[in-house]
Amino acid sequence: MSIHQARMLEHKKFLGDPLLLPIIILLLVFLALFILYPLSMLMSDSVYAPDSYSLYVVAEDAEAVQALYEGEKLQEMSVSRQRVMRVRDLEGLTVTDILGRAASTTYMADLLPAAFEGSLVAVQDHKPLLTLQAFPHIFSDYTFRRAFTNTLTLGLITGLGSTLVGLLFAYVDSYVRVRSRILKRMFDMVSLLPVVSPPFVLSLSMILLFGKGGLVTRTLLGIYDSDVYGLKGIAIVQTMTFFPVCYLMLKGLLKNIDPSMEEASRDMGASRWKVFTTVTLPLMLPGLGNAFLVTFIESVADFANPMLIGGSYDTLATTIYLRITGGSYDTQGAAAMAVVLLMLTVLLFLVQKYYLETKTAATLTGKASRMRMPITERSVTAPLTTLCLMISAFVILMYVAIPFGSLFKLWGRDYSLSLRWYEQLFRQDGIKAFRDSFVLSLIASPITAFLSMIISYLVVKKKFVGKGFIEFVSILAMAVPGTVLGVGYIRGFSGGVFRTGFLQGLYGTGTILVIVFVVRSLPVGTRSGISALRQIHPSIEESAYDLGAGSGKVFTSVTLPLIKESFFSGLVTTFVRSITAISAIILLVTPKYLLITTRINEFAEKGSYGIACAYATILIAIVYASILLMNLFIKYFGTSKQQREASKHAG
Amino acid sequence: MPAKKGLRIEGISKIYQDPKTKKDFYAVRDVTIDIEPGAFVTLLGPSGCGKTTMLRMIAGFESPDAGEIYLGGEAINALTPNKRDTAMVFQSYALFPHYNVFDNVAYGLRLRKNSKEEIRQKVMGILELVEMEGLEARMTNQLSGGQQQRVALARALVVEPSVLLFDEPLSNLDAKLRVTMRTEIRRIQQELGITAVYVTHDQAEAMSLSDQIIIMNQGVIAQMGTPREIYYHPESEFVADFIGEANFLDGKILSTHNDFCVMDIAGHQLTLPNPKGYPVGRDCRMVVRPEAVIINSEGGLPCRVTLSCFMGSYHNYHVLLGDMLVKITDDCPVNKHTFRVGDQAFLRFEDNCVHIL
Repeated sequence: MSIHQARMLEHKKFLGDPLLLPIIILLLVFLALFILYPLSMLMSDSVYAPDSYSLYVVAEDAEAVQALYEGEKLQEMSVSRQRVMRVRDLEGLTVTDILGRAASTTYMADLLPAAFEGSLVAVQDHKPLLTLQAFPHIFSDYTFRRAFTNTLTLGLITGLGSTLVGLLFAYVDSYVRVRSRILKRMFDMVSLLPVVSPPFVLSLSMILLFGKGGLVTRTLLGIYDSDVYGLKGIAIVQTMTFFPVCYLMLKGLLKNIDPSMEEASRDMGASRWKVFTTVTLPLMLPGLGNAFLVTFIESVADFANPMLIGGSYDTLATTIYLRITGGSYDTQGAAAMAVVLLMLTVLLFLVQKYYLETKTAATLTGKASRMRMPITERSVTAPLTTLCLMISAFVILMYVAIPFGSLFKLWGRDYSLSLRWYEQLFRQDGIKAFRDSFVLSLIASPITAFLSMIISYLVVKKKFVGKGFIEFVSILAMAVPGTVLGVGYIRGFSGGVFRTGFLQGLYGTGTILVIVFVVRSLPVGTRSGISALRQIHPSIEESAYDLGAGSGKVFTSVTLPLIKESFFSGLVTTFVRSITAISAIILLVTPKYLLITTRINEFAEKGSYGIACAYATILIAIVYASILLMNLFIKYFGTSKQQREASKHAG
Repeated sequence: MPAKKGLRIEGISKIYQDPKTKKDFYAVRDVTIDIEPGAFVTLLGPSGCGKTTMLRMIAGFESPDAGEIYLGGEAINALTPNKRDTAMVFQSYALFPHYNVFDNVAYGLRLRKNSKEEIRQKVMGILELVEMEGLEARMTNQLSGGQQQRVALARALVVEPSVLLFDEPLSNLDAKLRVTMRTEIRRIQQELGITAVYVTHDQAEAMSLSDQIIIMNQGVIAQMGTPREIYYHPESEFVADFIGEANFLDGKILSTHNDFCVMDIAGHQLTLPNPKGYPVGRDCRMVVRPEAVIINSEGGLPCRVTLSCFMGSYHNYHVLLGDMLVKITDDCPVNKHTFRVGDQAFLRFEDNCVHIL
């Protein structure tokens, strides 16, 4: 009896479907081309140089050449064939230009005496070169080593801080009786504010409030040398930005703890504290680990905050950015660093996804059998509520600072109200920036929403070869830091695919920006789509199929209407994420397009906080408006709760 | 109504892999069934016997590893479910929650590009048939279980399939409604003369609905036949045990003449038909239904009562005949003598009711 007949028939049926195959192939190509390919280019870049270079030291005149010969440092330059010659002999070669492409050779610059920095020239040899030079080099590179330890330190602090604050809010939400309605709503709002806020908004207000010219530090407290830049600044800002993620995760977990377990412990004589340390905490441990890792990854991948408020505290993401945009044009070094950063986040992501997440699910299964009696003892409620209140006040203060920053004449000096920053914004390129950001994000949204719904449909409801690949890659994209993706796109597309010139036209266009937006939001949409689809009983789609609908018709007439909420939230999430995106975009955007986020970054770097705040205020308004719109839509057009229940177990 | 079509299932096998042990096993093994046009056939069996897999292969959701399915003489193995002339009523009804009753029923017709007026007529007609007229504007979550069931049935019927497939459609209804609905299903099937394949694990449903019952066990057909044949002449212990309650008696053949034999049961002799022509001296197992055993205080095989339990419409006894346990249901016990535990009693069997396996 052959087992192959079924496979053959499935094959036949699969091929008989006019839509399935082309769509799957299209998806595979898209994911391979825009996620896997750029990343693998990074990998190959870090070990393989398509052309090798000879190194030349160039000096202006004979005396300088002589000086170079005599210079002690020159003796150490035994790595490459060096020759000293007059610059005249190298006519037509722009020093920095060639250096930029010379990848590993630029490390030689470190060896030269300071006076001769920039006097190196590389000349192409046209010999492909497999070299592992980049890795030993970056590991011996002080800048990299510092950035690496900085990144880990920051991740650790932010991860711990966010988990703790998230736990505090989650615990207060599910365990502690908060009498005041207003207080409860405030905690709820505060813990959700940063989720929807553009990145680096908090960095901006941190500088405004606590920086050298800060409202709190200078004007109120009279401290003139307050230094908010560096580790502490980033850590605070990141904690405030990421703790809501932990809050949402832990809140869900706490809801699943059966209160009778805690009551049993209390009944046997344990104090509140004992109950917390012996029952609640151990049950949540995998969940806490999970939350910690998620924020750790977010912190490590974060670009905007370290960029703005990091000062000299460079992280991997900012170092990579500076390697590419700064003077050295060290793309191979940047590629190697990006690979290190990528390995770090992917590794942590895999641990989080495949180990901790399953473990969390295993420890906390099932639902709480009853409502929990909230803790009312003042000795517990008072300190916890106060702590929450303080953090909430801090977060709110941070957010309020932004619109005020845009309204004050000159922050730090003149606190009178004016609209001059808005005027300036609109007189300059403000309108173009908003239009560009808006249009590009608006194009990316429906593409992402539709794509992620199709991916989740295929992953949940269909069986085919390559399904595992599609699911894995689209979820994996979540672990790819924006900066890494940006560098990957530069390396992958600036010379066309595989440097053949194919698709070269893509680079530097709005299309590639839209693609980046899509790729960056795809994992989020796909995840929500998958969980929405898992709720729908397979027989509902089967019945449509059975009644004569092809897979395309089943998708549009049954699946999509049932997950329209997920679709719509994917639409809005992509829009919000895209319009606030910066990390990958900043590496790819050309002067042809002005984006709000890069403008804010520019102005903030220049110290023009007023106009940066004006941009940020409008951006926040746009983001909130879209989220409001989403909630309205779900309220009026969403599937009703009963309908959702019906589709779950269908009867 | 389209021409009635028969269904032929020829040497069908389906192999699955056990997710835990990673071993392949047969969910359905070399099953051949012929279903006459217009017949109502039930696949009956315990869970995991392969009956739902069979149905899903007929619908096209699963592909057989061996064998071929013919619908009206045409091989349909390679057709996808949407290309097959079958319609299924699902266990969970699988109504589209985002459509109202009318749109649910009209779904298949719209795919078939019927005109608006035609759709309206057909949908209203079929809703009338399932007695759901006037409810076409309701959303499905505003319907009771029985009503949802009717809509699911209407949705399958309206596309006028050659074969109607039922996947345990009544298992989510309460007991009383189940009885009403199964008479309804039978009535509508008879009225339309449509070929139907019905999967269930409920023998009462199978008995009351079917022209033919196919009992499946561990992927193979255990027995095929009319309800009556299966009940009174089970071919195996499994079938006897699965359909209704059964007593198994062990005995030895003492002598045979023509189609009859004299059987020794726990030291007592009994003359029984011997259709399989078993020889003298053979150990046999017999089956007898509890309601075909008569308990009395006068004569027959002597036994001792070990359980006596009043059940309302009948009285339930367990007695020991030698070392064999015999279950008895004594119908209409109101004017009869009640035996107590420990009492001596006698057994007799209704004529033609003890059946040698």
